[in-house]
Amino acid sequence: MSELNDLYQSVILDHNKRPRNRRKLPAATRVATGDNPTCGDQCTVYVRMDADRIGEITFEGSGCAISQASASLMTTQLKGKTAAAAETTFNEFAEIVKTGNAPEEFSELAAFAGVHAFPARIKCATLAWHAALEALKQPDKTPEPQQ
Amino acid sequence: MTSLAHTRADFPALNQNVGAHPLVYLDNAATSQKPRAVIDAISRYYERDNSNVHRGLHALSMRSTDGYEAARKRAAQFINAADPAEIIFTRGTTESVNLVAQSWGAANLRAGDVILITEMEHHSNLVPWQQIARRTGATLRYVPVAGENAQHGLALDALDKLLTPDVRLFAFTHISNTLGVINPVAELCARAKKIGALTLVDAAQSIGHEPLDVRALDCDFLAFSGHKMCGPTGIGVLYGRRALLDAMPPWQGGGGMIASVEYFNTTYKPSPERYEAGTPDVSGAIGLHAAMDYLDAIGRPLIAGHDNSLAAQARAALAELPGIRILGPEQNSKRGGLVSFAFKEVHAHDVVTFADQDGVALRGGHHCNQPLMRKLGLSSTTRASFYIYNTPEEIDALIKSLHKILKFFGS
Repeated sequence: MSELNDLYQSVILDHNKRPRNRRKLPAATRVATGDNPTCGDQCTVYVRMDADRIGEITFEGSGCAISQASASLMTTQLKGKTAAAAETTFNEFAEIVKTGNAPEEFSELAAFAGVHAFPARIKCATLAWHAALEALKQPDKTPEPQQ
Repeated sequence: MTSLAHTRADFPALNQNVGAHPLVYLDNAATSQKPRAVIDAISRYYERDNSNVHRGLHALSMRSTDGYEAARKRAAQFINAADPAEIIFTRGTTESVNLVAQSWGAANLRAGDVILITEMEHHSNLVPWQQIARRTGATLRYVPVAGENAQHGLALDALDKLLTPDVRLFAFTHISNTLGVINPVAELCARAKKIGALTLVDAAQSIGHEPLDVRALDCDFLAFSGHKMCGPTGIGVLYGRRALLDAMPPWQGGGGMIASVEYFNTTYKPSPERYEAGTPDVSGAIGLHAAMDYLDAIGRPLIAGHDNSLAAQARAALAELPGIRILGPEQNSKRGGLVSFAFKEVHAHDVVTFADQDGVALRGGHHCNQPLMRKLGLSSTTRASFYIYNTPEEIDALIKSLHKILKFFGS
């Protein structure tokens, strides 16, 4: 069970049970959807830019505990960051997920270090991030008109 | 239920631990393990007979050709085809369906024609028809599944309305890889025949489990893979009625399928060579031959009874778990050797990862059945599928592991 406990750390279980920012964002200026064709899971990420920073970021989708917790934690970590800083954070996160080595005193994202022992699950952990980076590359669009 | 536990010793791969636990292999609908007899037949071929077929006049080439053609004859006998020329070796079920779609479909389908398939088709019996429909202007039509868990199988009362005279081909699965439901193949073929439509049966999930007789079923085409029936990967069969195969154009060109080639024109051999361009998978065919012998030595009716009882036992035990949704028929008589299910609180991928830590190999995902999953409001399910060598104790191990998972995720 020890590898499993490393994979499903309490912070991951918590974010899976009570996902933060899982909702559509009508004010979004950028939207992108990521697909995991092997399992059929989808994740849509909504971003509202505030000048050059992420003013608000939310997600919608269903998936395994790893993908849901990863999307949820990602939204808490990326808010307020520039696109360039978000990409740096993703690169650090991807490194942790692939190698299992998290720098000391890294953010809560270090909880995903256990994924490295389950290579088939790496794409679950990075699904929302790929959608977010895709969205951040887009030019701003006018948000959908409010009903 | 007849115990077939003695067969476990025939399968070298079963004799291993995964982590600290003995392997409990319940992913047989994806692929079966291989008995020693099959592995040995392939090794023997490469160690002794390896040579190209239908080309050389030397001793090894003749042995290779004899082995390859003996496998064809055996496959014909295995499904009671009238003529070995009705057996085309392919890479598997997927390639068999693609062959019919691209050869028969491209030559025969026109705008206004309808291809009828069902909502429970594997992508391999769906995407090729989408592609050929787009190319020819034909349209695709679906027989729906009925019930919120698809427990009623195909909506057969709708069939008369769907089987209109413009339907040229009705392609459907014998046993659904996602629902486990057994479709009434002979009845479906008879109803299609009445309006003049051809039939293609996807037998991937049934061929290794029960006796099949293409003449009794009265189907026009039947497709299956070797690897789900103890045979190697990379070999499969397309059965087609001789008259159809002789009239269809080749779908690939190359060596082995020609009668005569000139600079600007080629005449082709009849079936089956016409459809087997290039060096075929000789070792695969020889392995498949050994697999068919292996299954018949045990007895396919016995295997069917065994696998279906294990699925019934699993279904009954699974039904006791909290928050579970079980897909497919409620009556055991309508279910083949697999069960797929979903928990309200735990995603299939988490289930599969957990079970794997207990040595239990399951499949989680959409099972190449995305439209059906969407209809049922699911993104994925977990599937346990059973075969000759599985035992009731292994179902106990599955259930024990699932209890642990549910406890961990707090449901």
